[in-house]
Amino acid sequence: MGKKVTCPECGVEYDAPDDVMIREILTCPDCGLEVEITSVEGEKLGCRKIVMEKEDWGE
Amino acid sequence: MNSLASQIGMICDHIRPDERMLIDSARNKGIDLHVYNAEDIFFEVTNPKEKFLEPVILQRSISYFRGLHITALLESKGVKVVNSYKAASICGNKALTSIALSKHRIPTPKTLLAFTEGAALKALDTLGYPAILKPVIGSWGRLIAPLKDVDSAKAIFESREYMFPLYQIYYLQEMIERPQRDIRCFAIGDHAVAAIYRYSAPGDWKTNIARGGKAEPCSITPQIEELALKAAKAVGGGAFGVDIMESDHGLLVHEVNSTTEFRSTTETTGVDIPGILLDYLVETART
Repeated sequence: MGKKVTCPECGVEYDAPDDVMIREILTCPDCGLEVEITSVEGEKLGCRKIVMEKEDWGE
Repeated sequence: MNSLASQIGMICDHIRPDERMLIDSARNKGIDLHVYNAEDIFFEVTNPKEKFLEPVILQRSISYFRGLHITALLESKGVKVVNSYKAASICGNKALTSIALSKHRIPTPKTLLAFTEGAALKALDTLGYPAILKPVIGSWGRLIAPLKDVDSAKAIFESREYMFPLYQIYYLQEMIERPQRDIRCFAIGDHAVAAIYRYSAPGDWKTNIARGGKAEPCSITPQIEELALKAAKAVGGGAFGVDIMESDHGLLVHEVNSTTEFRSTTETTGVDIPGILLDYLVETART
């Protein structure tokens, strides 16, 4: 069984890549919320909502 | 076992979908991609013997200042970084980019630079209204302000006086009459590999995809190719997203991006940008 993320906004559970990494950004397929992965141990991953904007962030 | 040339490093502070595409593509190509998280690493600056296993490291830090410092440190330890410190510092600063483009005679919007509110107003008398004020360092279209007339310019300049000194460098650019879109062309090494039209989001005049703009495929004409490759060379060479506007007087390069987000271009055009970028890194490691 693969690794899962539970969206903190809408509660939908979705799949993460098998080699998911700490600080990887995933997007909820249901509500579009972007989360940052905070722990990768076990099947249920830890995550938190991420705001993708700091002063010197970007391309 | 992988040869040394297939060992590549990547510095990033978050794994965005773009970096995930690079990780997956590297795995498919049999490239040993070592991901360094910029939030976890440190360097012994004063130890010249500190070495990295990878001969080439791709810089993908979202944070401009963090990325720039890490690149400088890696280069000091003999690592080739894509893009180089020189290129990244030029691309990250709109004034330095304008200088590089002008020096290489690449068509770009008329730009003036002033360092006080009074001088900026005088510069606008020369440039004319409407004009655009941009922070020299900044991205995703933030704090870019249209200056419609002298009153709006004074109001915006006054607000800048209360901000960090960086925002009191007044980078003023002519407002270009153009369609509600611009062109982003990816230049990797000596090749223009993909291009998209970026359309403004409804109610916004800026075309950044990060601001909700949409993308459509764009054919790479010989003129777009020539401009993109010249612009890439002007900032030092490497892998870039070159932003081009369609003006009444022809194409104008207005920005060269160093750590460019490529997901939407890959999805829109079907061009395997992560794969091409990885091939370029392997080639760079061999030379």
